[in-house]
Amino acid sequence: MSLLRLEDINTFYGGIHALKGVSLEVNEGEIVTLIGSNGAGKSTTLKTISGQVKPKSGKIIYNGQDITNTPPHVTALTGIAHVPEGRRIFPRLTVKENLEMGAFSVKDKRVIEERMERVFHYFPRIKERLQQKGGTMSGGEQQMLAIGRALMMQPKLLMLDEPSMGLAPIIVEQIFEIIKELNEEGMTILLVEQNAFQALQIAHRGYVIQTGEIVMSGLGKDLLVNEQVREAYLA
Amino acid sequence: MINEVLHTLPQVLIDGLTLGAVYAIVALGYTMVYGILELINFAHGEIFMTGAFVGTAILLTFAGFGWLASMPALVALVLVLVVTSVVTGLLGMGIERVAYRPLRNAPKLITLITAIGVSFLLQDIVRFIAELKNGNYILTGPSLFSGQIGIKVSSISSIFNDASVKSSFFIVLIVAVIMMVTLDFFVNKTKWGMAMRAVAQDRETAALMSVNVNKVIALTFFIGSALGGATGVLFAIQYGTIDPYIGFILGLKAFTAAVLGGIGNIRGAMFGGILIGIMEMFAAANLPVISHGVLGAEYKDVFAFAILIIVLIFKPEGLFGKVSVEKV
Repeated sequence: MSLLRLEDINTFYGGIHALKGVSLEVNEGEIVTLIGSNGAGKSTTLKTISGQVKPKSGKIIYNGQDITNTPPHVTALTGIAHVPEGRRIFPRLTVKENLEMGAFSVKDKRVIEERMERVFHYFPRIKERLQQKGGTMSGGEQQMLAIGRALMMQPKLLMLDEPSMGLAPIIVEQIFEIIKELNEEGMTILLVEQNAFQALQIAHRGYVIQTGEIVMSGLGKDLLVNEQVREAYLA
Repeated sequence: MINEVLHTLPQVLIDGLTLGAVYAIVALGYTMVYGILELINFAHGEIFMTGAFVGTAILLTFAGFGWLASMPALVALVLVLVVTSVVTGLLGMGIERVAYRPLRNAPKLITLITAIGVSFLLQDIVRFIAELKNGNYILTGPSLFSGQIGIKVSSISSIFNDASVKSSFFIVLIVAVIMMVTLDFFVNKTKWGMAMRAVAQDRETAALMSVNVNKVIALTFFIGSALGGATGVLFAIQYGTIDPYIGFILGLKAFTAAVLGGIGNIRGAMFGGILIGIMEMFAAANLPVISHGVLGAEYKDVFAFAILIIVLIFKPEGLFGKVSVEKV
């Protein structure tokens, strides 16, 4: 069953036509990846879904509802968590406060604590740093915190924007392992990556975006061996 | 010369603390709004002034009905503070909604000029209403706490002169401290305070956490303006006479205090305010003494702005503004 569907989305950034009729679908329980080079429109796609950018035309259907022009703080309440590019940790909030921000809509303190425990289960290292300011952590730790913060929302759909960016290969490995684990436990994931090789290895399906257009789609393992994809993104 | 300076020191400290507390709370309004919008809300000094007028108007009305004599001064004070805070808080929120929000994505300079425009507008509106009701825009309110208390500092050491304090001094100081402590607690320990800090640091990401950014900004304006208005009431009680232009210089000095403490830093603003208040009073009392009468007490204002310039040259981030280490 499709959890998220984009129908012919056109988005403009100032005068630039950033998304040209993008249609894609994410089914419940899948890892779907959107790959493409810098500036192809990957981040814009996620921003359009979460409502940070308004599309000029087209439709976004999530969980059977039209969320096309929903502002980001409302989209977040529907169960879509967006881990933005560059992690965007609140630098002068403590690690704990960063996590608490993820559960901003939750009133029950016990629920917040339970969710936090779950985050510690995935990222034990965060637990040791609760009182530290978010901005003082290393890149890898910040990425883990950014994902942890999103998990505090207990999302149905987790959207990750370039989680591997600027991280050491071993950290990237760990993070992708956790993305897989989250998916196996039932979370639907939309993963945007420049690191196509890593992304396609864990994804069920993938889309290739080029200058604002989806030019190819297919199963992850098929795209991984596809000649054109190999040449353009895996070289 | 040193002796003369020491003689007046107790009085200078007391007066400076009172004035500094006023600067500190007004500075909070500047720093909070700057922290969240990177906007220097020049209209904030006028919010303070409006608060002084609203408070005085309420007191005069009470006095007119003869209620003031029959109610304890403290009750009247609390009542006036609460009503004035709500009025100026809503005023601040309204200004944000009408004048700043439509310009949220415009260049900063445009919003800044708008803020200056709002500030003239408020001055003239208040002046108009005051003249209409009163025939004169300079207003003297009924005094709530008029007693003088002598403090025999000379009994500690004979180099000090005795200080005298209007009893309203204690009121101003206590109310100011309560407001600052409450605000500090709110910002650092509550959920909405955390949301405020988050929005100040990264508005877009805060929205992704389901924070309604507009609501948080409105809340910030409400709190800053409510505090500013309440401080206006304190000012009117302490200094008696007010006019529609008291907000301008005082606002500038409070802004200086905010910069001194590191703009955007709430505790810094409190400290900066107190420091500037004391330094200004020190200058007022001692400039003629130190310069052998060449410089009169009226040069005290130069002090605050000289401090501003020095801070901007040597420590642009302010005394407490940390250049925070942010890794990408």
